[in-house]
Amino acid sequence: MKFYSIRGGVHPNYRKDLTSERPIVAMPLPERLFIPLQQHIGAPAEALVEAGDRVRKGQLIARSQGVVSAPKHAPTSGVIEAVSPLTAPHPSGLAQATIILVPDGKDEWASLPDPIAEPFDALPAAICERVAQAGIVGLGGAAFPSAVKLGLGRQHRLEILLINGAECEPYLTCDDRLMRERAKEIIDGARLMAHALGVPRVIVAVEANKPQAIESMTRAAEHFAEVSVIAVPVQYPTGSAHHLVLALTGRETPAAKRTADVGVVVHNVATARAVQQAIRHGRPLTHRVVTVSGGAMRAPNNIEAPIGAPVGSLVDFCGGFSTPPRRLVNGGPMMGEPLASLDVPVVKGTTGILALTAEEVGEQPASPCIRCGSCISVCPCGLSPVELAALIRRDRIDVAGKLGVMDCMACGSCAWACPSHLPLVQYFNYAKGRLNAEALAQRKIERTRTLVEAHNLRQEKAVAASQAVAAARKTSQPRLQATEVVE
Amino acid sequence: MLIDVGSLTIMGVALGGLLGTAARFLAVEEDPLEEELKAMLPGSQCGQCGHVGCAQAAAALARGEAPVTLCPPGGKAVAEALAKKLGISADLSEHTEKAAEFAYIDEDLCIGCTRCLKECSVDAILGANKLMHTVIAEACHGCGKCALVCPTEGIVMRPLPQTIALWHWPKPDISH
Repeated sequence: MKFYSIRGGVHPNYRKDLTSERPIVAMPLPERLFIPLQQHIGAPAEALVEAGDRVRKGQLIARSQGVVSAPKHAPTSGVIEAVSPLTAPHPSGLAQATIILVPDGKDEWASLPDPIAEPFDALPAAICERVAQAGIVGLGGAAFPSAVKLGLGRQHRLEILLINGAECEPYLTCDDRLMRERAKEIIDGARLMAHALGVPRVIVAVEANKPQAIESMTRAAEHFAEVSVIAVPVQYPTGSAHHLVLALTGRETPAAKRTADVGVVVHNVATARAVQQAIRHGRPLTHRVVTVSGGAMRAPNNIEAPIGAPVGSLVDFCGGFSTPPRRLVNGGPMMGEPLASLDVPVVKGTTGILALTAEEVGEQPASPCIRCGSCISVCPCGLSPVELAALIRRDRIDVAGKLGVMDCMACGSCAWACPSHLPLVQYFNYAKGRLNAEALAQRKIERTRTLVEAHNLRQEKAVAASQAVAAARKTSQPRLQATEVVE
Repeated sequence: MLIDVGSLTIMGVALGGLLGTAARFLAVEEDPLEEELKAMLPGSQCGQCGHVGCAQAAAALARGEAPVTLCPPGGKAVAEALAKKLGISADLSEHTEKAAEFAYIDEDLCIGCTRCLKECSVDAILGANKLMHTVIAEACHGCGKCALVCPTEGIVMRPLPQTIALWHWPKPDISH
């Protein structure tokens, strides 16, 4: 197969060997599960339970609000302790409405919806509906509601379903292990998704540094002519959906568009497995595989954790820290975000928990830019980080916006390559946040103006109506007098 | 010599007369800049800038008598747009933006007088005579007119809560 080269990219130290040979293990239930109502892109779910309610495993505890949203299900049986705001697994450290579930240890299943008997004869819409009901979101980290992406076949001409098993982030091995251990389920899920999308071809892309995963996936896919498993060259950030599509098809996704616009839909391997579980067994998404790794972790591992388990309980399960970590990261070391505390829960989009030593973090003070241009040559999005950062530093955010800062996907290649250790990604995150905030403010002003206009129109109408009534009374009064005269 | 002076005088009088008539008959009723500026303001006539309404504020802006930062509900977005329109390079880094607020009705104090209802220019207050009122927080733009007319001081302006959806990364703090 021909590969199209992607521009830029870097080759960080992968360190996947810390956990790549550790099979997925289930962890004991923690004392409490903390299930945030928003774990996905879109509108938060609405809680359906309150303190004191008994719930069973797989029971719906929060329903989705709107199309781009996802419901939540109880990962085990137990009693709801409260629904209250708690610190979210988010760099802001702000609170968010969270359902607190105290497991009763029985792990009793609720009555689940029946499996779809002949899914390949079912309507695509039925598959999408089941995926939406199961609360499945993109498990590669972005957590976009999967049912929405499976419905893209209605608006776009699609040709390929790309199952993303690249896992290009260093340290993370959760997808690698899943492909080794649950290959059949993933391939089945991928074929079901292809049916929902109405695409004739499925490509499973795995980075060449995972030979066992490639082998097991190839074996699982050998009876299905439409599915091909492809080893892609090892290069960060090949696992980015846009870049994977570019590498395999040569089609570049335009700025601010989706890969569906070039005929490809990309789903993560773990998402494919979750879809398979929902269709074949009626099981909602209540658990996910999380890589717990890093030099400061005593016994790194791949854990199948219930959604809502506090990060601290996973760390304890891995024997705690061997040395105090310099930094705790939610996700991979390149694109992950700092963890606010060990009390925040694992959510649907949590791919990894890393406890990194000072040596691994390699923190160094920033020094002035020497204009070497390394950042430009490694940027996979074709941006000029040096120029953007200089503009953003002087708060010329609008100019940075025109130069495409919104196309930055925060992969971190520029900051990784920068010999001056400039916090380039932080600059871009700040600029993107500012531009989004400005767009929001502008929308609010426009909305206010619309409301004011509607208000004024209504008042004018009310005045006109009262005048009309007054006029009508004036003309009707003489007639009344006339009738009186007749009587 | 006489002809030169005469012809110039005649030309001067004729052209001057023409310009004078044109100025009278082709006069623009309103400053077009004023209209454009008015369209940029939220138009809720809240009066927080000290002018009677947005039209008056736009007029003051066009005359250069008011700063571009005059509109609290419009915030930084409006200030920047106005500065761009007027060709002023306003230093907005010094401009401390008033934190976005929304009106909140204390239900124990509300007597259902409907005064705030009549004052609200965006119909963000819901209620009826002798019935509890409440504010639709998403529609409220924080002008605070309702709080001024409330006879029981039952309306307070609260800052909009910081949420994850609105949060963004701060600017990196390095010197170079």
